[in-house]
Amino acid sequence: MKKTKLFAVIETLFLLLLCVTLISSDHLDGTNIEGTTSDIADFYAFEGEDPDSTVFIATIQGNLNPGGVTDNANFDEDVLIEFNIDNTGDLVEDIVIQAIKRGDSIHFFGPVVPNQTGLESQIITNTTHNVVQISTSTDTFITNENGMSFFAGPRRDSFYFDMNRFMDIKLGNAAPSGFYTPEESTDFFNELNTLAIVIEVPNTLLGDAPTHILESQGYINGLPQAYNVWVSSKRKK
Amino acid sequence: MKNILIHTKKFSLLLLLLFNFLLFVQCKDDDDNGNVIYQVNCEDGIQNGDEQGIDCGGEFCSPCEDSGINFDGTFIQEDIAGRPAVNMIFGFSDLAQNEYNISTVSNRSNFQEEFRTVLEAYHDIYAISLEVPVDDLDFETNVLNWDANIFSTVMSQYDALQVAPNGPTTYYDANENLIFSGRSLSDDVMDITFRLIFGGTDGDRFDGNNNTPQLTTDGVGPGNRDFSLPFPYLEPALTIE
Repeated sequence: MKKTKLFAVIETLFLLLLCVTLISSDHLDGTNIEGTTSDIADFYAFEGEDPDSTVFIATIQGNLNPGGVTDNANFDEDVLIEFNIDNTGDLVEDIVIQAIKRGDSIHFFGPVVPNQTGLESQIITNTTHNVVQISTSTDTFITNENGMSFFAGPRRDSFYFDMNRFMDIKLGNAAPSGFYTPEESTDFFNELNTLAIVIEVPNTLLGDAPTHILESQGYINGLPQAYNVWVSSKRKK
Repeated sequence: MKNILIHTKKFSLLLLLLFNFLLFVQCKDDDDNGNVIYQVNCEDGIQNGDEQGIDCGGEFCSPCEDSGINFDGTFIQEDIAGRPAVNMIFGFSDLAQNEYNISTVSNRSNFQEEFRTVLEAYHDIYAISLEVPVDDLDFETNVLNWDANIFSTVMSQYDALQVAPNGPTTYYDANENLIFSGRSLSDDVMDITFRLIFGGTDGDRFDGNNNTPQLTTDGVGPGNRDFSLPFPYLEPALTIE
């Protein structure tokens, strides 16, 4: 009898713990980095205003309310933000652009061939090195050097999504209706800021793009040649 | 003789006490009396005062040069992002999401089966609520002619943005017959993703009509966001009026 009670208590505690864990995952991106200075919110890559260039945008530390929360948010000197470009089609980075905070600026290294690939990185200092002062909510600083442009600082979040309703769907609490109508839905990110790093790079510095990987794998035909790109955050050991 | 010895012992003890006492005496001014003498030393080998690096920058020291800033060390991956919302949608547990964040793009074959299971789990939720046997309501081959195996493979093992340097960018534009050439700020990536998951062969399988759940759009658009700005392309941070 006692044992049964004990199991019941343990089970309740476990369920409670599970609930807390689920609720606290408000970005739904894993609790280990949730809300930390290495938490990547979004990644964009698109053709620049100059069609011969590509723009890379990483937003990190999302969900910043305007005002004090945004003004107090800052990049972390121990966190390296790495933009990865695969130009051979094997999903391994051939070129990287590294960004890290020092003082009141973000330092950029590359585009450069990394000295190692995968989960660990060192900063490659003997390459193209550019610096941009970190912008604020009111002052924007841009560096234009070596044909590239650089920006770092708080910006309005471009991502739009009914995040809360999606959480309901994921937890099974929105069945059978699903998402809301446009009148009922809420854009969770509409009034929020995020920290952003923006780089515009001439395509000539990225090498020739390989056959689109979804074409080379036989999934879709007629796609343009394309780099495979992603962003990672890495913390100093 | 005994007396002298005792005196010597006492003297030694006194000296020891005095010595110990001196150990706790510091020259540091931390008594908060407001009489701190602030001294910046640009040659002490540490970053102090208002220095921006070690012995450089700030009001008193010479400006920092690249060589004065330390970029040493090894950095270990904590997060990664390619295609939008992959971990958010397909990571069904904290453990899985955390593992995904510290994986490399080229080494994710072990996630494919889990992603496929999650695809079916989303459908099971609606099968149960619609009182349909779960085996009768599965992922349906989508508008790209991808079945559950291919879709979960693409999402798990090719989770990077494919950005085309020689042409316009879109995550998915059925009208232009162009897909996966990058991700622009205006792309409604969530609607696209949900249409590929729940839209079935025609893209409108669960669109809220004919008593189906509405799962092909979240009902949210870009609102008053401006995506036409020059570099850095993103709108300035919102401030409190």
